Amino acid sequence: MLASFSALDTPGAGAVSRRDFVRLCTMAAAAVGLGPLAAERFLEAAERGLKPSVIWLQFQECTGCTESLLRPTHPGVADLILDLISLDYHETLFAAAGHQAEAARKQAMQAHAGKYVCIVEGAIPTKENGIYCMIGGRTAIDILQDVAGKAGAVIAIGSCASWGGIPSADPNPTGAVGAHEILKGQAVVNIPGCPANPYNLLGTVLQYATYGTLPALDAQGRPKFAYGSTIHEHCPRRAHFDAGRFAEKFGDEGHRLGYCLYKLGCKGPVTHANCSVQHFGEVVDAWPIGIGHPCFGCTEQAVAFRVPLFTTVDIERPTPPDTYPPIHATQGGVSPIATGVAGAIVGALVGGGYVASKKLSAGPADDEVAQKKPEV
Amino acid sequence: MGISRRAALQGMVLGGASVAGAATASAAERPEAPSDAVGLLYDTTLCIGCKTCVVACQDANGLPRDPAGIDAKYDAPVDLSAKTKNVIKLYVEGGKRSFVKVQCMHCVDPACTSACMLGALQKREHGIVSYDPALCVGCRYCEVACPYNVPRFEFAKATPKIVKCELCRTRLAEGREPACSEVCPRKAVIFGKRSDLLKEAKRRLAASPGKYVPKVFGETDGGGTQVLYLSHVPFEKLGFPTLGDESTPSLLRSIQHSVYRGFAAPAALYAVLGMVMLRNRRAGPGGEP
Amino acid sequence: MTPHATPVGGRLWTPSVQLLSGILGISLIVMLWRFVFGLGATTALNDGYPLGLWIAFDVVTGTALACGGYGVAILVYVLNKGRYHPMVRPALLTSALGYTLAAIGVNLDLGRWYLVWKVPLYFWHWNFNSALLEVALCIMAYMVVLWIELSPAFFEKFQDSPIGSLRRVSRAALPILEKASLWIIALGLLLPTMHQSSLGTLMLLAGARLHPLWNTPILPLLFLISCVSMGYAMVVFESAFSSIAFKRTPEIKMLAGLAGAMVPILYVFAVLRFADLAWRGRLGLLFAGDGRSVLAALEFVLFLAPTVMLATRARRHDLGNLVRAAMVMMFAGALYRFDTYLVAFTPGAHWSYFPSVQEILITLGLVSVELMAYILIVKTFPILAGHPAAAERQAV
Repeated sequence: MLASFSALDTPGAGAVSRRDFVRLCTMAAAAVGLGPLAAERFLEAAERGLKPSVIWLQFQECTGCTESLLRPTHPGVADLILDLISLDYHETLFAAAGHQAEAARKQAMQAHAGKYVCIVEGAIPTKENGIYCMIGGRTAIDILQDVAGKAGAVIAIGSCASWGGIPSADPNPTGAVGAHEILKGQAVVNIPGCPANPYNLLGTVLQYATYGTLPALDAQGRPKFAYGSTIHEHCPRRAHFDAGRFAEKFGDEGHRLGYCLYKLGCKGPVTHANCSVQHFGEVVDAWPIGIGHPCFGCTEQAVAFRVPLFTTVDIERPTPPDTYPPIHATQGGVSPIATGVAGAIVGALVGGGYVASKKLSAGPADDEVAQKKPEV
Repeated sequence: MGISRRAALQGMVLGGASVAGAATASAAERPEAPSDAVGLLYDTTLCIGCKTCVVACQDANGLPRDPAGIDAKYDAPVDLSAKTKNVIKLYVEGGKRSFVKVQCMHCVDPACTSACMLGALQKREHGIVSYDPALCVGCRYCEVACPYNVPRFEFAKATPKIVKCELCRTRLAEGREPACSEVCPRKAVIFGKRSDLLKEAKRRLAASPGKYVPKVFGETDGGGTQVLYLSHVPFEKLGFPTLGDESTPSLLRSIQHSVYRGFAAPAALYAVLGMVMLRNRRAGPGGEP
Repeated sequence: MTPHATPVGGRLWTPSVQLLSGILGISLIVMLWRFVFGLGATTALNDGYPLGLWIAFDVVTGTALACGGYGVAILVYVLNKGRYHPMVRPALLTSALGYTLAAIGVNLDLGRWYLVWKVPLYFWHWNFNSALLEVALCIMAYMVVLWIELSPAFFEKFQDSPIGSLRRVSRAALPILEKASLWIIALGLLLPTMHQSSLGTLMLLAGARLHPLWNTPILPLLFLISCVSMGYAMVVFESAFSSIAFKRTPEIKMLAGLAGAMVPILYVFAVLRFADLAWRGRLGLLFAGDGRSVLAALEFVLFLAPTVMLATRARRHDLGNLVRAAMVMMFAGALYRFDTYLVAFTPGAHWSYFPSVQEILITLGLVSVELMAYILIVKTFPILAGHPAAAERQAV
């Protein structure tokens, strides 16, 4: 294991206590829905040193997903992840570079063929045969197909790897796509987000590391434990939405009071993610809505970088509000035009009939009248 | 004049006999709830207005959301409608508040079934008033008849139907209870046999006399209903009509039956008319042409 | 059967017919709109007011106005006043057309009109408790009876037709109809008695939701009485305008006689209605000052006004006055029905209804087609008796 970055190997620097480790394993197990016994299994597996090999590929990305993984320190998620797995290739975290790094990758691929986890960060350009991202003389497409082809599991971390992310925003000059578009026919776990929530990766990797299985996925290959609900469904500001209390402008009274940000263009109702329950880092409310900015739908291909930030969205499954209808709600109505028309007709009938009848009374003898009247 | 006194007398005797014969029959026809009648008991003192029953009813019946409210972003039915078979309303007056669940009352002697020409609306199994669109021509007479204004019509469609609660009869057939009573978190609305629910309602009234208006709505109102109500505010405030013990159809039945029983009266009238005209024809036209 | 009934003859595509066709054309487009897009898109009907203009006017008022055939038949065949015989056919024609248009109006109003054929055919599903079923079946039957009663007028013309089969059928049919006429006419007297009263029974099912000023067990009786007066009024109206329009001597004597017959009916109605209100302690409501009480009071005024207008012999022989009185009578009956079906129906103050423009246009179209059919049939078939003005003078 060349150049692996393990905090446990360097005591004192970001050392993780066993208690923290146990706590986080329990948390992660719960998040994935695996139950309390799973935490024990995680521990056992880690202590036995059964760590799956991971090859982390980076393509058209900002490295934000890796960075977000490194941010938390209490406990250090990076440390934990890196203790649970054997990171055999990571361009950002490696001390090595160039041919040395490539050699390490090739060796890991050979040694753990069919078993290693391929994590993909970043989109893959497809225009002009993919020349817009080349590493070591090879296109991203080529590298991905090679590495993923021999992997035991493929995880696409971040929106870029899941569906193209920022590089794929219109006009998408490089033809950026997600990993699953390159790896057609192969199961890919997508963990979208910009960045992805590191705990989602943690849960997925933990499960694979312990049980060798992947979590239940939705139609877009996203783990249901994290992407099964929309932000709107679990938003802490939902009560304000239901009560009709909205911030109308940034900095106004409603905004200061923490009201719902729907009218400012929050994409929560159409965004599947767990940011509202699993905040970023370990700081409470460290997520967009928590700090007062509407969600922009970073996990959703149809929303992020497509729908303007402050455009409001439809509610997919509207639910009852905090208000109630009265016992007798006013319904139906009277059209003024119809009233006018009806009045005119009735008036014409009455008036016309009266006038005509007058002519009948006042007229001369019947046959003369008959001769004068036009034929009907 | 054309009508002879004899002919007139004959006619009156015939007509009178048929009416007299029919009038005695109507007294015995006061419908009772069937022995296996099921229903709901709703207690306003337990309801918290969570509206889970509203959403559950929509899901169980495949009804669409009713977009309304601020910017039409909410599922906020204001009343029963072609999209809503069950709704929670709020009564507030001064310091008094109460929620009320509104849906079909499944009357013991329904006005809607009495109105329906081909019996599309009918009391079927367990006394549930159910709807068969195959027999419905969309005349909406049932809407005129219902004292609670329950049946609603799909005016917005070119092939419209009547929409109203049917106590989730397909779920009942599978051994489950109606969606609303199943999901209620406080058991404010419960499902069961009408006789049991009535007992329970009376038990609650006896156990906490000051808490409720001392009446089970639906016990005898309008001939009785299978959906019963207990309330801590007067029932009229919750939108319930004040009805006597007699159902409207039973009042009308006396008219219909006495006049039309066995079609005796119409037949008699026909015979009289025929006889009178025959006499006139033989007597020759009266008055100058 | 009247020896003097002859087709009026003359040009068919007259300016009046053109105008009526124009109105009908617009109405047909709205009818298509109604069938394609549904009632919600074309009417103002709602769940508070499920019955509207088409029921209150086209069906309930329309059929009452079409009770001329009924009223005249009572006079001629039951009371044996043969001198009104010449009025029978035109009255029957008005009735037949009126009931046919009412039937079309019903089908426009029915939400699931494509299943209406089940009403007469699915007899094993008939709910005999339903007043509406009785009305529906009775109206369907009466419509057929009316056309049968009227058919001799068509067969008389067709018996000289160049088309051989038509000629044979007509010649064979006429004697059969003649023989059966008594029993057909009796049916034509029985059926309207049944359904015109049931049209009153119908609204009683609304129970407490029918306002006390109209809510009475004698509603069927009041409907029956007023429909007879409306029928006569329609006959007077139609006869007076026909004679002017088709250049014939107005039958003033007959019309004056009819007018004389109408007056007692109106008195009976007004007295019964007043007595009923008094008996049930509801007179006070009449003076409550709200919209409904004003309309109820107006009903009384309109029902009694013709009794004054037709009080003297001279007034009854003034054609213009007769026509005005007839119009007031028709208005009275129409108002009573509108009131019973729409004004008296109280679903709650939070509901409101007024017919939409499309509903009004369709009603206009139905009325136009009735007028047009009347004109065309009267010109083509032997319906009107009486004399063209130039041929003979009648003492007025």
